[in-house]
Amino acid sequence: MITIDASGMHYKDLNKLIREGIGRGIKKFFLENVNGQYYIGDGIKGDDIVININGVPGNDLGVFMDGPTIVVNGNAQDNVGNTMNAGKILIKGDAGDVVGYGMRGGRIYILGNAGYRVGIHMKGYDEQLPVIIIGGKVGSFFAEYMAGGVIVLLGLNDTDDTCSDYFATGMHGGVIYLRKKIDFSKYSKEVDLYEADDKDTAFLKKYLLEYADNFNIAFEDIMDKSFYKIVPSSARPYAHLYTSA
Amino acid sequence: MIKSSFSNIQSEYLALIDHTKCVRCKRCIQNCGWGTYSFGGDKIIADHSKCVACGRCYTYCPEDAISIIKNPTVIRENGNWKDNHIKSIWKQSETGGIVISGMGTTFKYKKYFDHILLDACQVTNPSIDPLREPMELKTYLGKKPSKIELDFNEEGEPILKTKMPPQIELQTPFVFGAMSYGSISLNAQKAMALAARALGIVMNTGEGGLHDDLIPFGKNIIVQVASGRFGVHRDYLNSGIAVEIKIGQGAKPGIGGHLPGEKIGLDISRTRMIPLGTDAISPAPHHDIYSIEDLRQLIFAIKEATNYEKPVSVKIAAVHNVAAIVSGIVRAGADIIYIDGYTGGTGAAPNIIKDHVGIPIELALAQVDERLREEGIRNEASLIAAGSIRSSADAVKAIALGADAVAIGTAALIVMGCHVCGKCNTGNCSWGITTQRPELVRRLDPEVYGERLYNLISAWSHEIQEVLGAMGVNSIESLRGSRERLRGVELTDAELKVLGIKHAGL
Ligand code: SF4
Ligand code: SF4
Repeated sequence: MITIDASGMHYKDLNKLIREGIGRGIKKFFLENVNGQYYIGDGIKGDDIVININGVPGNDLGVFMDGPTIVVNGNAQDNVGNTMNAGKILIKGDAGDVVGYGMRGGRIYILGNAGYRVGIHMKGYDEQLPVIIIGGKVGSFFAEYMAGGVIVLLGLNDTDDTCSDYFATGMHGGVIYLRKKIDFSKYSKEVDLYEADDKDTAFLKKYLLEYADNFNIAFEDIMDKSFYKIVPSSARPYAHLYTSA
Repeated sequence: MIKSSFSNIQSEYLALIDHTKCVRCKRCIQNCGWGTYSFGGDKIIADHSKCVACGRCYTYCPEDAISIIKNPTVIRENGNWKDNHIKSIWKQSETGGIVISGMGTTFKYKKYFDHILLDACQVTNPSIDPLREPMELKTYLGKKPSKIELDFNEEGEPILKTKMPPQIELQTPFVFGAMSYGSISLNAQKAMALAARALGIVMNTGEGGLHDDLIPFGKNIIVQVASGRFGVHRDYLNSGIAVEIKIGQGAKPGIGGHLPGEKIGLDISRTRMIPLGTDAISPAPHHDIYSIEDLRQLIFAIKEATNYEKPVSVKIAAVHNVAAIVSGIVRAGADIIYIDGYTGGTGAAPNIIKDHVGIPIELALAQVDERLREEGIRNEASLIAAGSIRSSADAVKAIALGADAVAIGTAALIVMGCHVCGKCNTGNCSWGITTQRPELVRRLDPEVYGERLYNLISAWSHEIQEVLGAMGVNSIESLRGSRERLRGVELTDAELKVLGIKHAGL
C-alpha cells in the first residue's frame, strides 16, 4: 500500500510513480489531492491492483486499462475508461463526456450523471462483455455506433429526460437497458424497444447488486421499476446505403 | 451472352473462351472469385456481367484459352457525358445507393511525379559508383533532438549525453502502408510481415487489430489506432515497434471506414469484437479528438501506455491547408507523420470521395516540408509519403521533395497478383488478397509472395542507389528535401512554386 500526495504534481510524474509502484509489487494506491492529472491508470495491468482517488482525476482516467480497479470519491472528467480492456472504474459523482469509448471489457459504474457521447463504439465478443451503469442521466450521442456490451441507464435522480438527442444512432450490436421509459418516437430509427423479460432481469441483477453494494444504495430502490431494453433492429444499419461500382 | 438480371448497365468486359483450345479442366471455374464461369454440360460458359477483369482466370488457364476483352459494344462517345457518369446514374437509379469501390481513384488527374526530373553529376562534381562504394539507405523515423550534448570519457572520446527519442530503424526508406486484417486477408498480411522482417523495414496492421500469428513479427510492425478502435488494447499497443493514430486516408479524406459485412467472418468478428456479418464501422472522427489539443491527449495517452518507448505516428490524408495541419500535429507531439495523397488506395470508399476529395501527395509534401523548415520544427517529426508510389523513381522524387520514407500499399498488392480491378469491397478477390473467403485466401502463399515483396523492395533499393550515385550523394539522408536536385517539365509557374522546384533548363 502506498499513499501519494498528488498536489502540484505533473501527470507524467504521478503516473510514473504508479507504474513503478506496480513494478515493485504494490497493490493498493491512495492518491490524495488529485487535481486534473491526465491518464491515471493508463495501460496498467493486474486484477488485484486498486487505485483510490481523492480529488478530481483528469481526462482519460483508466485509458487502455487492463484489470485494475479505480475508485473515484467524487467527480471525474472526460474520456473515463477510454478503450479499456478489463477492470473496474467506480465514480461516486458525475463523469464528463465520452465515457467508455471503444470499451472492450470491464465495468464502469457511475453514481451520478455522465456527459455526451457515452459508450460510443463499445464492443463485445463472447466473454469480453463491457458494462457501463449510469445512475443519473446522459447527454446526446449516447451509445452511438454501439457494437457490443451492455449499458444500463438508471435515471435514479428522477428527471424527465434521462437521455438526449441522437440516441443510439448507428447501433449495431450490444444492448441498452433503461429503468425509465423514454419517448421512443424521438429517437433512433435503427433500434427497437422491448420490455425487459425475466432473463434480462436475472442478467441485470448480477451487475445491479454489485452497483448497489458499491455505492451503498438499496438494491430494491433500483429494482422498483420494470426495465426496458433496446437492441439494434439490424446488424447492418447502413448496408442499404451502398452499391458496388 | 448471359446476363444476371435486367439492367441498363452492359458488361464491362467479355470473358471469351477459345473452345478449340479449352480442355475443360474447370480451373477457371474454381479460380474466379466472382463466379463468372460455369460448366454448361459440354463446355465452359461465361457470365460476362460478373467479370471484373481481375486477371486470375487467364493467368491460371493451362491452355491459354481465355481472353478478357473490353466489351466492344460502346456507349456513344461524348466528351462531356463520360461512361462513368452514365453508368453511375444507371447504377444509382437501380439501387438508390452510394457507389463504392476499392483501390484508388481511376480518374486521370495530373501525376506530378511524371513531370519532375532528377539531376545527375557531369564533370564538375563526380558521380559515385554504387557497386563499388558504400551507399547508405538506412533511415531512422522518429523525433530528432534540436541539439545534442556530448560528454567525454577518460580517453577524451565523445559520448552522447542527449537521450535519443525512440526511433524506427529502416534498412531502406520503404514501409508497407496500413492495410487491415479484414480489408485484406491474413495471408496477405503475413506476406508483408515476412518481407518486412527480411528487409529490415516495417508493415502496418491498419485498423483491424493484430492477429496472433503476427505477434512474433512485432519488431517489424506498426500497430494502428483508428476511430473504430478495433483490436486496440494495452498489449496491442506494446506489441509493435511504433503506434500510429489514423486520422485520415488519402482515398477517403474526412470519412470513416466501412468494412462491408460480407467480409466480417468469425475470425474478423472476434479480432474486431463486433457482431458476425455486421458492417465494421469506423466513425468519421475519433470521438475523443475534436482539436489539436485532443489529438495531443491521445498521443500522450499512447505514450503513457507504452512508457514513452515507442514513436507515435499520425496518419492523415493530404487535403487543403495540409501544411498548417501537419504543423499542428507536430506540435501535438507526433514523432512521425504519414501523409497519404488522394490517389492512395482503399478497401472500400465512396467514389464521390475517392475521385474528388484531397490533393496530390507531391504538392502536399513540398508544402509540408517547407512549412516545417520555416517554423524550425522539421526535426521534430519524420514524414512518410504515400498515395500510389508506383516505382523507385516516385520514391526518390518524394524523398527529394521532403519525405523521410515512402509507404507502398497498392504496389505490394500488385506483387501478390492484384490487377487493380477495384472490386476489393466485394470480398471476392480471386487472388486471395482482399477477401476472407477461406478457399480464396488459401491460394495466397505468404512465403512465395513474401519473397517477391522482398525482391521488389530490394530491386527498388538498388535503383535508388543508382540514382543517388548518379547525383553524387552517398546517402539517402543527403537527398531528403533537396529540391535543388529536381526540375519540372510541363508545369505552370504556380505548380512550380508549390513544389518549390525550378523549371528544367534553369
Ligand atoms: S481454365 Fe482454361 S482450359 Fe480450363 S476450363 Fe477454363 S478455359 Fe478451359
Ligand atoms: S486486391 Fe482488389 S483490386 Fe486487386 S485484384 Fe483483388 S479485388 Fe481486384
